Amino acid sequence: MNAIFKRPDSLTNAPTHFCPGCTHGIAHRLIAEAMDELGITDRTIGIPGVGCCVFLYRYFPIDALEAPHGRAPACATGVKRAQPDKVIFAYQGDGDMAAIGTSEIIHAANRGENITVFFVNNAVYGMTGGQMAPTTLLGQHTTTSPFGRDFKSEGYPIRMAELLATLEGVAYSTRVALHSPKHVTQAKKAIVKAFEMQIKEMGFSVVEMLSTCNTNWRVSPLEALKTIESEMIPYFPLGVFRERTGKDFL
Amino acid sequence: MTEKKLTKGNIALAEGSIQAGCLLYFGYPITPQSDIPEYLAQNLPKIGGTFVQAESEIASINMVMGASASGRRTMTSSSGPGISLMQEGLSYLAGSELPAVIVNIMRCGPGLGGIAPTQGDYNQAVHGGGHGDYRNIVLAPGSVQEMFDLTIKAFELADKYRNPTMIIADAMIGQFQEPCRLTPEKPVELAEKPWALTGRKGRDPRLVKSLYLGDYEQEEHNLLLKKKYDEIQDNEVMVEMKNLDDAELIIVAFGTPSRVAKTAIGLAREEGLKVGLIRPITLFPFPVNEIYEHSARVKNVLVVEMNTGQMVRDVRIAAHKDAAIHFYGRPGGGFPFPDDVLNEIKTALGGGPR
Ligand SMILES: Cc1ncc(C[n+]2csc(CCOP(=O)(O)OP(=O)(O)O)c2C)c(N)n1
Repeated sequence: MNAIFKRPDSLTNAPTHFCPGCTHGIAHRLIAEAMDELGITDRTIGIPGVGCCVFLYRYFPIDALEAPHGRAPACATGVKRAQPDKVIFAYQGDGDMAAIGTSEIIHAANRGENITVFFVNNAVYGMTGGQMAPTTLLGQHTTTSPFGRDFKSEGYPIRMAELLATLEGVAYSTRVALHSPKHVTQAKKAIVKAFEMQIKEMGFSVVEMLSTCNTNWRVSPLEALKTIESEMIPYFPLGVFRERTGKDFL
Repeated sequence: MTEKKLTKGNIALAEGSIQAGCLLYFGYPITPQSDIPEYLAQNLPKIGGTFVQAESEIASINMVMGASASGRRTMTSSSGPGISLMQEGLSYLAGSELPAVIVNIMRCGPGLGGIAPTQGDYNQAVHGGGHGDYRNIVLAPGSVQEMFDLTIKAFELADKYRNPTMIIADAMIGQFQEPCRLTPEKPVELAEKPWALTGRKGRDPRLVKSLYLGDYEQEEHNLLLKKKYDEIQDNEVMVEMKNLDDAELIIVAFGTPSRVAKTAIGLAREEGLKVGLIRPITLFPFPVNEIYEHSARVKNVLVVEMNTGQMVRDVRIAAHKDAAIHFYGRPGGGFPFPDDVLNEIKTALGGGPR
């Protein structure tokens, strides 16, 4: 009998620490499937940011380096410059990438570092208990925006995929979502493409994934999936914001 | 080859790093150390190395972390304000047991301060600066030749103990020129790094991390680190000792003040005052035993520093309880001169502790 669905080889069978309903697990699975398909697991080094994603090494049977909060793109730069033949990916949350690590992500992208960054945007600081993130939506209640985020005092949610797409060093910048089978299929394609960009030495690639945090959003898992569709996508539109086709782009 | 060339301290250090096999440098400009990145930007690409001017010192030290985790010899350099920004990364390097060489050509602070030489970053280098329970190995060159030799030594120690190693030199040592032999005393050897992240091909996956959440895991990790630091203290002390046999007073000083002290000791001896010198070359590990033994006999110790008294505390802890500890410090923007030190010697020998 042929197996038509199984755990990817690039995913361990460790019990997950993610909350039930969280889409980090889907992101992990898609990245593992992509590594399997591209046959790169033996030469991939993963660099998790700090946050819910920090235990990356439990789930991917690959070499991994734990970076300080926000600094994964700089650590990834060091690894890639030391070993250009390896496939390097960073995996960051929105607090990690869009707050404390803004400088590191912008400059790694702008240098065109030939690395891939997976950006899990759940509009909240997950691991530390639901504080406001730079991507928290206007009006969204968090523990540190208890009256709802107000642009007058807290500014606007940052659109990282669009922001990074303005930089010449970026080969591929896209936003996908993880809330429905159709979107998951699209996300998978984007992840494969991002890795391929790196393998073809095209430069920096980033995949932003709209994700749930039902625990800190204080809603049921099903409602959280609906929230991606009804609240997040209207502000964080899906799509490809930059895609380089040739190496000589200037 | 023993031929010597007139060389600037910073250049001797930069060349030392290349000869130590460091092919990856990451840094951000700041006076008075910019000759180091400038030299490496020129010379690393020629030998297939990598020079990256990072967007900040925070990025620099994290790039160093990535290159180090890859199993390569790697370095960054900066001065006070930049080193402050690197402290987070330094703590992570120590916690993750990653080797790297970090150079601080000290300028005077606090704050933006000035670009004149000082030793104001002694505490930051020797007693932490970053969070948590960790130690850097700290080397303090006192000449241009040592800028070269100790850079090679720094890479050796960093690899041997899988620990960040700092070279701290005041701006004077970095900026002046002296004849220097620009070849290593013994051949440089690069050891295998069976922990390096190189992709799992043919083996189990490897992990470099500093997070320990399980019961007692962090304690166990910290106790292992402590064991390593004790080993370093027992085995790696480097110290220069001069004129101690008949000394009635010992000067303890490192870097530029140790050179001023040597001149002052000459002047003192011309006047019949018997003065000797202990110059710590390693600041961690600190020459505790040497200071204890000699202070027990001599009873008078004068610490000369270019700060308001940072190493003097370590000397007090190390010294025999009956020794009188005197201190003379200039915190940067001004210099200790030999005559000043001579006056301090006379005061110390004439009076008691201050
Ligand atoms: C320098 C520093 N500041 C703060 C923290 C605490 N911290 C850990 S995770 C986190 C938020 C992470 O949020 P995000 O990146 O959105 O990831 P998520 O947990 O939602 O996946 C913070 C603030 C830290 N570890 N280091």
